Parts: sequence; structure tokens; C-alpha cells
Amino acid sequence: MREAVIRWVRGAVAAVVLAGLAVAPWMVDDYTTAILARTLALGLVGVSVALLTGVAGLPTLGQTAPYAAGAYACAVLGSQVSDVGVVQLAVAATAGATLAALTVPLVAPARGVIVLMITLAIGELVVTVLGRWRSVTGGTDGLAGIAPVRPFWGLPVLATDQARYLYTLVVVATLVGAVLLLLRTRAGLVLRAGRDDEMRLRASGHRMPLYVSGAHIAAGAIAGAAGSLLVVAQQYISPADFGFDTSALLLLGVVIGGTASVGGALVGAALVIAVRDWLFGVLPGHAPLVLGALFVATVYLLPTGVGRARRPRRGSPPPTAAPDVAPTPDHAAVAGSRR
Amino acid sequence: MTCLLDAEEVTVRYGSLAALDGVDLCVHDGQRHALIGPNGAGKSTLLNVIGGSTRPRHGTVRFAGRDVSRLGPAARARLGINRIHQRPAVFSTLTATENIVVAALPRTIRRRRWWPGGSGRLARQRAGPLLERMGLTEVAAVPAGHLAHGQRRQLEIAMALAGRPRLLLLDEPASGLSATEVGRLAELLAGLPREVAVLLVEHHLDLVYALCDTVTVLRDGRTVAAGTPDEIRTSPQVRRAYAEGVS
Repeated sequence: MREAVIRWVRGAVAAVVLAGLAVAPWMVDDYTTAILARTLALGLVGVSVALLTGVAGLPTLGQTAPYAAGAYACAVLGSQVSDVGVVQLAVAATAGATLAALTVPLVAPARGVIVLMITLAIGELVVTVLGRWRSVTGGTDGLAGIAPVRPFWGLPVLATDQARYLYTLVVVATLVGAVLLLLRTRAGLVLRAGRDDEMRLRASGHRMPLYVSGAHIAAGAIAGAAGSLLVVAQQYISPADFGFDTSALLLLGVVIGGTASVGGALVGAALVIAVRDWLFGVLPGHAPLVLGALFVATVYLLPTGVGRARRPRRGSPPPTAAPDVAPTPDHAAVAGSRR
Repeated sequence: MTCLLDAEEVTVRYGSLAALDGVDLCVHDGQRHALIGPNGAGKSTLLNVIGGSTRPRHGTVRFAGRDVSRLGPAARARLGINRIHQRPAVFSTLTATENIVVAALPRTIRRRRWWPGGSGRLARQRAGPLLERMGLTEVAAVPAGHLAHGQRRQLEIAMALAGRPRLLLLDEPASGLSATEVGRLAELLAGLPREVAVLLVEHHLDLVYALCDTVTVLRDGRTVAAGTPDEIRTSPQVRRAYAEGVS
């Protein structure tokens, strides 16, 4: 009963937010519309971070890597191939997925903080390559004057900020819907189970590395698609769009939104980016400080995030639990390694 | 009669300590086999070797005629070796029903993996009878992390059965349970399908003698005695093993 009410309220909130986003370009000026479009693209990267961090249990600071791969693939290759948005999306998603697939051997066997470090390194490497590979990426100057796209064959090109924003919104809503459906499949169930107890999952006979790799590649494809949306929204990209601060802000947004909640991740990431941009004007130079304080407050007050605030903390003792038995040595050892 | 599970000359060492020293074990199809012995005898280590989470230094493990010594826990589970852990291991954020669906996937529910509705009607149909048998119907929709210790134990047994095992490894299933709960556990284990072989590690000897047809006694990593419960109960060697183990 209570679950049903909560589900209904959630659905209603999602519908209201979506309706608000749909009419937003007629409520605000062009500049804000363009910012909103860029924020939505980043929110989609946030969704891919949530998929890895909250669902697959791989906390990541490296989703800017497939995001950048998607954006540059779209700007360099996609615009040569076609000016149709869905084609460019496919190119960008493939680029993101390919980069993610290449890094699977590095990421999939690791856990916890080690994943953070490895993904951070991957993200930084990608940014360095983008800055150095001048002939293709334009170096630190970036790529400007990227040709506008048409969403689909036969449709006009996206010439206004409103049109670009609405295109971004439709793509983000579609992809978020797809992720939510994916999580409701049995495969999604297995991923969530693996986050709870990997050893148990293997003891049931699941091929855990397969699921983790699949999630990593899927998250890469989503981030890549978001890269294509950034190109559409900004029509200009440079390595600065994919730096460490972006990864850190995304992870912060996802933690605020609740790592296991896809909708929460989208809202959290968007919120953090908006706060940063707003603070940038109000408190010049102090935005990182405020965001850092926000991060500490979030982790302290809402360890499971806003999206999961009503749930009790994980690992809280059940009402009639027997005395906690210490984990057996093999349990601890296996949980620490991956095989 | 050939063995369903055949462990030969299993040796596991932690540094200079031999946790298992050339242990042989044979479990037949449908057998109820118990492993007993004082603390540190190597019972849990032997279960880990059979389950695949510990690699022995020497020795082989054969299951259903196949050498599984080099397979990991997941591959062995797919062949039909399932286990219950000393501390109930369940997926705490998933509901009881979802726990069973996840456990059942590798060996039973194969189709429609990419179809939405992981906890839908089909799942409830599959999980329902198992939950009922374990007395968990009322908590089917409750996240497993909110269940009491005894209920989590029952849920884990249901999960293991959902994987349609041929051999069930039970590592001290009665630990942490109240006397009433141990009674219910005994009923539950007695009612397990006959085609499932059971290898039970347990300190509650009443449970062992009531349930099992064969008992193997380990001490200091070696087999001290093996036989029917009656033989073991009266064996002077076993008494000595326990007496020295305790002192």
C-alpha cells in the first residue's frame, strides 16, 4: 500500500518535472535555454555514473572519458558522415562504448576506491590526449563552428536554442526511459544483487564479470550519446569540458541524488551544475568551496541520497537479529578479491 | 556405487599449518552426509574446497564424474553444487522474491532475461512455492535486509534450492538460531527433496544424528572416523577426538 503511494507520487513528480522541462524554453531567455540543454547532457552522463556507481557497484570518476570520446567522435567523424542527429548519436554511442570496452580489463576486476583511482587516471589520460592530438582534436583550443544537425532525415536543421534544447530533452528522456526499463529486467536485478553481495551471486552460479562488463560498456554508450548532445547544445567543445572537475561534480551530483536512483542522479547532476554556474556569478572564486561543503553535508546527513532518503540505511540491524557473527576468513577474502 | 562428489587427497595449508591433510570424502546421490569435529578440524575449509572458493594445494575434486578442481564457485554452482553460508548471505536490498529469482536464474529461468519485469508474475509463480515451504510467504515483498536472522537463513536455503542443486553444502545452518528455530530447521532439512545430496557441517549433534545417514569425523585436518550415526556415537576414537579438541 505504502509502496504503491510512493510509486504514484514518484510518477507524478516525474511527470510534472518533464512537463516543466518541456515548456521551459518559452519561459526563460535563450542563454538560459542553452545552459539548460548543456545541463541535460551532463545529467545524462550523471545517469551513466549512477548506473556504474549505484547499480553495478563501480564508483567512477572516469565517465568523462566516454563522454569526451562520444563528443569528439561526433564532432570529427559524425559531421563528416551525416548531419542527421540520430546517426551522430549512434556514432557517439559507439565511440563511448568502444572506449569503455577497451578499459573493461582495467576496471572490471577492481572494486571500491581502486576503481575510483583507475577511472580517474583513464579520464585524465583522455583529456591529455585531447589536448595533445592537435591535428584531430584542435588541441586545447578545441573544435568550434561545428555544423548544426537535423534530428531526423527530412527535418529542418536545429537553428535556434529552443530547438536544440527540445532535441536534447527528447533524447535524454528516451535514453533515461531505456535505462529504467533495462534495470527492471532480470539482468538489472542481477546487477543490483551483485552490489549487495558478489560472493553470494557467484555462489548461485552467475557470471559476475559478464554483468559488470556489460554495465560498463552500456554506461560508456550512454555517456558517449551525451557527448553528442553536448556538441549539439554547445556547437563547440574543448578538453576543458571533460576535466576532473566535471567528473567530481558528476559524482557529487549522483551522491546527492542517491547513487542507486537513476532519476535522482539526473536531478542531482543537473542541480550541482546549476549551482556551480549560479555560484560562479554570485560568489566568484568560492563555488568549489560551497560545493565541497554541500558534498560533506550530503554524505553526513543523507548517506543514501535524496532519492532514497525514506529508506533505512543499508546494513542496519534487523529487528530480531541474532548476535552478529564475524565474517569467516574465506568470506572476507573472497569479497576482497573478485574471482 | 560411484560417488556424486569425490574428493581425493585434499590438502590445504595456511603457512606451516595444515588445515586439511590428505582428506578423502565421497558423497553419493541423495545421501545425507555430515562432517563433524572440534573447532579448527578443517570442516569449513573442506566445504570451501568443494564449493570452489578455496584452492587445495594437493588433491582433486570430482563432481558427477567430472574433474571440477580447476573451476570457480560460479561454474560449480552451474553444475549443481549450491551452498549455505555460515552467516546467511542474502541480497539485502532485494525483496525475498527477487532474491529467489536471482538465485534461480543461472540454472532454471533462462528465457526472457532482457524482458522487463524482474519481479513480475512469472517470478512470483516460481518463487511462491519455495517461499511457502520455508514459511516466508508473508515477507515475500520485504527487502531481505529487514528480515530476522532465522528468516534470512530460511531464505538462503530457499535460494539454494531455487538453483536446483544436486549437492547442497550446509555450513553450520543452526548457528545463531534459537532452540525453536533449530527445530523448524530440522523439519525443513528433513523435508528436502530426496534427489538432493546434502553435506552438512554442524555442531548440533542432535541435528546431525536425526538427519544424516553417514557421518565423517575430522580432527586436525584428517579423517578420524566415518560411519553411520550409531557407529560414530559409540566410537571411542570420536570421543577422544572431541575430548582432546575441547581441552
